Amino acid sequence: MEIRPILASLRKHRIPTVLIVLEIALTCAVLCNAVFMIGQRVAAIRLPNAIDERNLSMVTLGGTDEKTSGSDIPRNLAALRGIPGVQSAAVVSTLPLSHNNWGWSFGTRPDASTFDKKTVNFSLFFLGEGAEQALGLRLLEGRFFNADDYAGSSFGSAPLPETHVTLVTRSVAERLWPGQSALGKTYYSMPHYYTVVGVVADVLRPNIGSQGEDWSYYSAFFPLSAGGSKGNLRRYVLHSAPGDRGRVMRAAEQKLAALNPNGVTKGMLYTDMRDQYFADMRSMAWMLVLVCAVMLAVTAFGIVGLTSFWVGQRRRQIGIRRAVGASRGHIMQYFQTENFLLSGAGVVLGMALAYGINLYLMRHYETASMPWYYLPVSAVALWALGQLAVLGPALRAAAVPPVVATRSV
Amino acid sequence: MFGYYLDLALRSLRRHMVLGVLMMLAIALGIGASVTMLAVLHNLSGNPLPGRSDVLFHPQVDPRPEDLPGAKDEPPDDLAYVDAVNLYRLGIAPRRAVMSGNWLPVRKDAPDSPLAMYTDRATTADFFAMFGVPFLYGSAWSAQDDAGHAQVVVLSRAMNQQLFGGGDSVGKTLVIATKTFRVAGVIDDWNPQPHFYDLNDGAFGKAEQMYLPFFTWLDLPQDYGYGPMDCWGNDPNAGAHDPKAKQCTWAQFWVQLDTPAQVADYRAALVQYSTQQHQLGRFQRAPNVRLRGLLDWLDHKHVIPVTVRMQTWIAFSVLLICLVNTVGLMVAKFLRKAGEIGVRRALGASRRDVFAQCLVEAGVVGVAGGLLGLPLAWLGLWMVRQQPVNFAASAHLDPSMLGVALALAVLSALGAGLWPAWRASRVAPALQVKSL
Repeated sequence: MEIRPILASLRKHRIPTVLIVLEIALTCAVLCNAVFMIGQRVAAIRLPNAIDERNLSMVTLGGTDEKTSGSDIPRNLAALRGIPGVQSAAVVSTLPLSHNNWGWSFGTRPDASTFDKKTVNFSLFFLGEGAEQALGLRLLEGRFFNADDYAGSSFGSAPLPETHVTLVTRSVAERLWPGQSALGKTYYSMPHYYTVVGVVADVLRPNIGSQGEDWSYYSAFFPLSAGGSKGNLRRYVLHSAPGDRGRVMRAAEQKLAALNPNGVTKGMLYTDMRDQYFADMRSMAWMLVLVCAVMLAVTAFGIVGLTSFWVGQRRRQIGIRRAVGASRGHIMQYFQTENFLLSGAGVVLGMALAYGINLYLMRHYETASMPWYYLPVSAVALWALGQLAVLGPALRAAAVPPVVATRSV
Repeated sequence: MFGYYLDLALRSLRRHMVLGVLMMLAIALGIGASVTMLAVLHNLSGNPLPGRSDVLFHPQVDPRPEDLPGAKDEPPDDLAYVDAVNLYRLGIAPRRAVMSGNWLPVRKDAPDSPLAMYTDRATTADFFAMFGVPFLYGSAWSAQDDAGHAQVVVLSRAMNQQLFGGGDSVGKTLVIATKTFRVAGVIDDWNPQPHFYDLNDGAFGKAEQMYLPFFTWLDLPQDYGYGPMDCWGNDPNAGAHDPKAKQCTWAQFWVQLDTPAQVADYRAALVQYSTQQHQLGRFQRAPNVRLRGLLDWLDHKHVIPVTVRMQTWIAFSVLLICLVNTVGLMVAKFLRKAGEIGVRRALGASRRDVFAQCLVEAGVVGVAGGLLGLPLAWLGLWMVRQQPVNFAASAHLDPSMLGVALALAVLSALGAGLWPAWRASRVAPALQVKSL
């Protein structure tokens, strides 16, 4: 295909040519960034979380007297375990993605304190006896807590529990002791210190931020006895078959309300809580998808409109070309190649623009850097859109009979 | 002439139906997308208390230690208990209110009535007058009630409906966190957006369900939380969650200052207070105070969600793309009419006439696109409202936004038509007429 005549004709229609290239470039730039943002949000919504999410329901019990929790909690748990369908039940301080975060910074040196800049902040989860099984934590190394660990742990007047054992996630282990086994290692926040007895698969924090994926998994677990929990154990977790969750949760709410007349209960399925956590992101992702669709539609309209116009304008020339021997295929090819060149110029410009927008967003909105492959993928998508949009007008052009050449307009 | 041009424009659009429809659709989609986001932004950045916002101020002092790692220059948003009480007693502002929020177990004052959690705001008497809260029944409690730790409560309309089935409930009693409270008043629906007086729980969302005196609230027998607390230092008692701890800030404080002189006096008083606390050894830092007006405060806190800002940018890029698209199509269209324009010019129409004619045609496209875009924007806002996001509920199209939308459509279509029309008016008549 000879492209010189195409370039010559485009040069004659310089203004519409520039405009359509500009439109494609803008679309390409916005598309790259929008698709990148959608991808980031989808990745966040799908972050893995190593607990049995689909088996969990929970009931929060508020307003009870913490002085009698030593006898209340075992009594409540015994009642919950009696509900048909409950495989295990336990009480915990907080859950991943619950927004209820208790963070503290620890270091690997014995003199580490919260004033130290080298410490690492993680979220603390306090577990009542049996919570490892009820949550479905996955042990990678070492052991879970034993009965002695539970009995020996309580809250004194300090904000950290009086115990010396802990479970950490794989991400914490790798952050504190890269390349080594974390088992038996100790982390500190003077005057407290905790020795790792087990490493579990990555569990999300109650609040995940934008500090990167590893940071979202900096969680540590501590045993806590019912009597020494000082009101920190309020979330009852029930493990059941997924189909039983709703019924189990309602029965648990009723039982806890009956046992604790001054208490207030609130039940929820874990999957619902997770959905709520990400509702914002999901809505933004859908919004972006819609905007992208609108934008692509408008660009396609533009290409259809302009090419149709050019086809109408060039009927006579098309007729002449047909009369002197060009086949229908040749005419189609002409318009397709023309569009290929226009889209090509547009996407090259658009990729540069997309990169620039990403740099701007990185500076002003704490967006991550866009991986390079978003650029060619969007470019190819726009190229394909252009070819699709030009198909209709090109077919109409190909249908122009040669006899048009002999008629005056 | 305008009528004639309008007629010409309609004829021309009818002749090139496909092109006309494509142009209108492009403008409609662009307007629909951008007006949707503009309306969301407009609702979010509105003034929560029009008429009162100019006299409301948010004092801040800095009780933090000298060497807090990672600390910014900006003093904490909220006050520690000691400062909250001291500033509350300072009494030089015409009105002031100290406050915090949490939720409390409430039941009717009858045996066996069920217990439920309700959100509350603990505050002082001036809150209602200072923020212009409308009362349905009764009134706010008095400053004496604050001083005497009276057990009185002001209910929201919705909570009054739930507990007492609506009606004038003043004087009735209910049990809040095991204590008996008397209803002092019922307020009408009141939920300023953004929720300026306490942004800790997000700037947009539901109003609290009841209001009770701050000092009475602090006496309640159990710890139901004191809103987000920001603490520092290695205090051995931090686990006790003590609201009166010196190193925890959590209470919001607002004052009303009616004249610039009062504002200046109050600022001086804050500095003086900080100096005094510094001399007493409680404040380690040199006086570091802020006294922002309500709107400055919202601006400082960046209350508009980043996602909304980004979506607005994207929506406007879509509008830009739509406009470029329209300009391209109009250039093509007007150039196609070169022959017709040549004849008009040869028959005596001036360049200005041709220019006007083309602009009228562009305007018609704009009005049609705008009218088509409004239902699209309405649909877009409806979709925003369906989202489970807390700012979504307030997304609606008010009359002023309708006007903005239509003006935006016509202006952008005229803007898009300006250059093509100018080009069309430059057509050389002789050349065109010859080729006919």
